[in-house]
Amino acid sequence: MLQFILKRLGLAILVALTVSFISFSLLFLAGDPAAALAGETASGEDIEAIRVLYGFDRPMLVQYGEWLWSAVRGNFGESYYFKLPVSSLIAERLSVTMMLGVCGITFALLMAVPLGVLAAMRPNSIIDRIALFLSVAGQALPSFWFGLILIVVFAIQLRWLPVSGAATWAHFVMPTIVLGYYAMPAIMRLTRAGMLEVLSSDYIRTARAKGASELRVMFRHALRNAIIPVVSLAAVQMGFMLGGSIVVESIFALHGAGYLAWESIARNDLPTVQALILIFSMFYIVFNFLADVLNAWLDPRMRSS
Amino acid sequence: MTDTFLDVKGLTIDIPVGGGTLHAVRGIDFELKRGEVLCIVGESGSGKSLTSLALMGLLGRRIKVRAERMDFDGTALLDASPRQMRSLRGARMSMIFQEPMTSLNPAYTIGDQLMEAMLLHRDVSRAEARARAVDLLEKVGITAAASRLGQYPHQLSGGLRQRVMIAMALMCGPELIIADEPTTALDVTIQAQILRLLVDLVREMGMAMILITHDLGVVARVADKVAVMYAGELVETGLAADVFRAPMHPYTRGLLRCIPQPGKSRRGEPLGTIRGIVPSLVGEVSGCVFRTRCDEAVAACRGTIPQHWPGDGHAFRCVHASGARIAEQEGA
Ligand SMILES: Nc1ncnc2c1ncn2[C@@H]1O[C@H](COP(=O)(O)OP(=O)(O)O)[C@@H](O)[C@H]1O
Ligand SMILES: [Mg+2]
Repeated sequence: MLQFILKRLGLAILVALTVSFISFSLLFLAGDPAAALAGETASGEDIEAIRVLYGFDRPMLVQYGEWLWSAVRGNFGESYYFKLPVSSLIAERLSVTMMLGVCGITFALLMAVPLGVLAAMRPNSIIDRIALFLSVAGQALPSFWFGLILIVVFAIQLRWLPVSGAATWAHFVMPTIVLGYYAMPAIMRLTRAGMLEVLSSDYIRTARAKGASELRVMFRHALRNAIIPVVSLAAVQMGFMLGGSIVVESIFALHGAGYLAWESIARNDLPTVQALILIFSMFYIVFNFLADVLNAWLDPRMRSS
Repeated sequence: MTDTFLDVKGLTIDIPVGGGTLHAVRGIDFELKRGEVLCIVGESGSGKSLTSLALMGLLGRRIKVRAERMDFDGTALLDASPRQMRSLRGARMSMIFQEPMTSLNPAYTIGDQLMEAMLLHRDVSRAEARARAVDLLEKVGITAAASRLGQYPHQLSGGLRQRVMIAMALMCGPELIIADEPTTALDVTIQAQILRLLVDLVREMGMAMILITHDLGVVARVADKVAVMYAGELVETGLAADVFRAPMHPYTRGLLRCIPQPGKSRRGEPLGTIRGIVPSLVGEVSGCVFRTRCDEAVAACRGTIPQHWPGDGHAFRCVHASGARIAEQEGA
């Protein structure tokens, strides 16, 4: 098990380095950062001055090494737009996004896994149909539209929930539903398919032959095996939620990291964009690593391979 | 101790399929006394697995099981509640399946899976269940038994896994063991060894067993009773000694001709086989199902087939009351 974890960790670090280099260089390929920084009216000399001031004239590898070293220590430089340290800017926004992501994936899993299990227990039953309907609806409804419907019904008509902001937990209810509902269909279908496959396997018959109760068969024997691919999917979805919650953050005016990324790209705020890309990728890598470890714990065959 | 404790009469299993109903098992009868070994023989598809799964109550709700009587020690299995069935399964009757490679849960250790039935059914501590597991693993011939408890199924060979399955079925000391071709999926070199082990354990513990096997040599050695199944019917049943000495049904005789006899058959000589294929059992089935392959078939085989009792407990279904010997006379 330890060997497996170390191997995966090494791999994760390698991927992280590659991703960080790509994110660093992509922004250079996108255009001349000094020119962008100086603005449209700047003269050639001004641009050169800025180039030297910010160190863009040095070899790229040196710049990358320097940037990475300070990034590791939590220093991402200063935002071109806000004139504030990027790290403090992000820290504040990230807590909102993290909160939203964790709530979103939890909501998605709490909906999708039980529904998937129930649907698999009784294929083609009413429950299966309802689950299918919910999942098709989840994929067909655009997030912004679904979000607006929720706002109209629960915030404006019923006045149960605040329209926007991030001050209390109540502000997170609707964004969580919208974000989680988007991730639900894929998880539900994978759970259902996995359960159906596992339930037809010989070891489930063995469990029944021992006199295990239906609940025990479903959860201890079947779900334990069927959940393995779901763990990987949930990790990917979680990474996606952190980086891709821009729509939800804008609808509900939650000033999170996704919204910040969108703003910073529009403003060509290079250090902020780089830092966000790096952080989002790191989250993605960390979640996948954790999913691998969790899977290895769930599936003994994975540990020894 | 010698009373009948498993009594099956008119067991019928219907499976809805695309084009109608598959009458997979049609009205079979058998009985078992405590400590007896009943061997069910018959080619694949004759309904042996369905019959054993029906006894265990393990057929899904899609498959319709009916019977005049299916009693296990006074309990009508078909009327029992799911809870009652669960309290029998794994405790008083247990089953060993054909596929050792896939019959163990890949996510749990051998120890967990061995102890499960005992912890479910008996009021014992984990330590006691563990001790029993180690004891049984040793009994089924697994070395370093205690250290195996922490291993996972994928770390064991097929033969070892089937030994584990046997130990698992014995954990609660059941009164009835159903073993459905327990060695068919194994390497030929260890088949005989594992079967012998199973039979010895069953005899030693005084359990009754229903053993489904293709190996007529094994049947001759271990069976008290034999039931011959063909295409969902029990064509002949009786004490093993009677059936082997005087097989009455043409199908039984065909099967017995198929065993290679040491010394009698020369090397390279093809084994006796029964010609033809099994008819479809979807839709109405009437007359003798074996008639299309039978050398002794006559017009009457399309009608109702009578049952004959040539001896005590020996029964067969055929239009030829004394077991026609036409083929043998011709051959003689
Ligand atoms: N779940 C099922 N659905 C449809 N047909 C089945 C099912 N299980 C068994 N059968 C059919 O029933 C017949 C008897 O099967 P089985 O009891 O497994 O035979 P045996 O164990 O004697 O080889 C076969 O023709 C088989 O195809
Ligand atoms: Mg079978």
